[in-house]
Amino acid sequence: MTLTDPVPHNGPDNGSDTGPDTGPDTGPNTGPNTGPNTGPPAVAAIEVVGVDRVFRRRRDEVVALSDVTVSVAAGEFVSLIGPSGCGKSTLLRLVADLDTPTSGTISVFGKTTRQARRDQDYGIAFQQAGLLPWRTVASNIELPLKLHGVGAAERRARSSELLELVGLQDFGRHHPDQLSGGMQQRVAIARALAESPRLLLMDEPFGALDEITRERMQNELVRICRETSAAVLFVTHSIPEAVFLSDRVVVMSPRPGRIVDIVKAGGAEMGTSHERTDEVRDAAGFFHTVAAVREHLHGVPVNGARGVESR
Amino acid sequence: MRRSLRAVLLGVLGVLLVAAVWDLYKAFGPEQGVLVGERVLILPRASDLAMPHTWEMVQRLFEPATGLRGAPTALEAVLEASGFTLSIAAKGWAIGVAVGLLLALLMSRFKLAESGLLPWVVLSQTVPLIAIAPLVRRWGAQIEFGSFTWENEHSVALIAAYLAFFPVAVGGLRGLKSPARTHVELMHTYGVGWWRTLITLRLPASVPFLLPALRLAAASAVIGSVVAEVSIGLRGGIGRMVVEYAQSAGGDPAKAWAPIFGAVAVGLVAAGAVGLLTLALRPFRLTETSR
Repeated sequence: MTLTDPVPHNGPDNGSDTGPDTGPDTGPNTGPNTGPNTGPPAVAAIEVVGVDRVFRRRRDEVVALSDVTVSVAAGEFVSLIGPSGCGKSTLLRLVADLDTPTSGTISVFGKTTRQARRDQDYGIAFQQAGLLPWRTVASNIELPLKLHGVGAAERRARSSELLELVGLQDFGRHHPDQLSGGMQQRVAIARALAESPRLLLMDEPFGALDEITRERMQNELVRICRETSAAVLFVTHSIPEAVFLSDRVVVMSPRPGRIVDIVKAGGAEMGTSHERTDEVRDAAGFFHTVAAVREHLHGVPVNGARGVESR
Repeated sequence: MRRSLRAVLLGVLGVLLVAAVWDLYKAFGPEQGVLVGERVLILPRASDLAMPHTWEMVQRLFEPATGLRGAPTALEAVLEASGFTLSIAAKGWAIGVAVGLLLALLMSRFKLAESGLLPWVVLSQTVPLIAIAPLVRRWGAQIEFGSFTWENEHSVALIAAYLAFFPVAVGGLRGLKSPARTHVELMHTYGVGWWRTLITLRLPASVPFLLPALRLAAASAVIGSVVAEVSIGLRGGIGRMVVEYAQSAGGDPAKAWAPIFGAVAVGLVAAGAVGLLTLALRPFRLTETSR
């Protein structure tokens, strides 16, 4: 990975650079990637190296992913963006061990994806909330804990904690059908967080929500990530959403699915992914980054745009 | 509470309406019915023989069943026969549901089992009952182990089960396969195996499909018992009674209707019993909400 970032002193650290503003210590609350002086570099949350995924249907071959290499550092927020068919969901499914790569390797916290899944190293949320309709909101959140043998008292404590985190403390006893789409999605996120994973995999979790709910959910997600300091791999097809939430945006293109570029979202006006507020949506740096991502998506070469990483 | 009272009142009203239509037709309909051409009867004969007054049918229930001294009333005889048939149908239902569920589990677990078994499951229902009843009886007669001997009663229950298993197998299979991909993948990411996925996800998800299947199975079990009693020749049940009482219809037309009411009652009780089960499983009836 070569850095074309114009700002110096951002050297070859562990690949989790959070932008030029992290040079001096900016306080204890800037998340785990505050620079190289916080001890030895943590093992990457996700390490994808040279991954291909080819689907064979009868005689047709569809190359869903071709030579994809990307990593997500601990505590980092990385979005995958691209038109449909670019393999962004496929990549997420590979990381989640819901699918196996045709070639290449993927490790999650230094383990195989299979081991990581068995160890419950990640929580996952899909576009559909996927709540079990016959369970109450609280027992939906407790489901993974219950399946892994956590005692009832501990489960209840955890679910009320999580309900508070997602702002649904009064809805624990409701059933999912009594909740709006946005509220259901919050429950799904709470469920993904139930076992305090260090990694969240999210496949267009806000894709089915209206724009207003969506922005509110994005703000919530920023806060949740700050409070849990989990790394996130986030699939979306919304450019502003990707830029607003992420430390880095991985731009992908279809046929075959591959990475076009990795755009860094940060800088003085935006801060790290944990520092985003509604003001960021109006910041010039935000618009620049959105423009950069858009240009990559449309295949126009970008010359010297701020905060851009080329591969 | 008010709603259930309303439901009861409407039910009673429905029955009274049928009775009223019956007697109105009897009062104004042509004695010989309405014929199209020489032979085709499109409206029934309104004679006393073909259509006794409703109140005569009810009245007949409270008169002695036979001319013998000390004979029970027709109602008592019918109730006893209904109870007998109901108990056989219940056994048949239980066996049918168990077998149906097992088949559904097997078919949902193994693709091979589904493609191999499902055609046979469907085919089994195309065989006429009257054809298999004597076969079952003959095969059963050869079964004997220890103090157990195969009775005609068992043959009837088996045939009831033969009808009852079908909706459960088909409905159960659909239900077990109903969870959305998101749910199945979620279970996979939790690292739980087939068995726990079954308990946590597939069985609860199959309830909305199973409840109508269980109700259908109850109706099928009752029909199966009544028909099998007739074709096997088992005494004591409502099926046999329908045939016996019909023979006396010439001199006592209202009597033939008594066991028919009994058969209806058995069907209602069976459906009602499954309805209680529905109440118990109500939490799982919530339909898919999270798209």
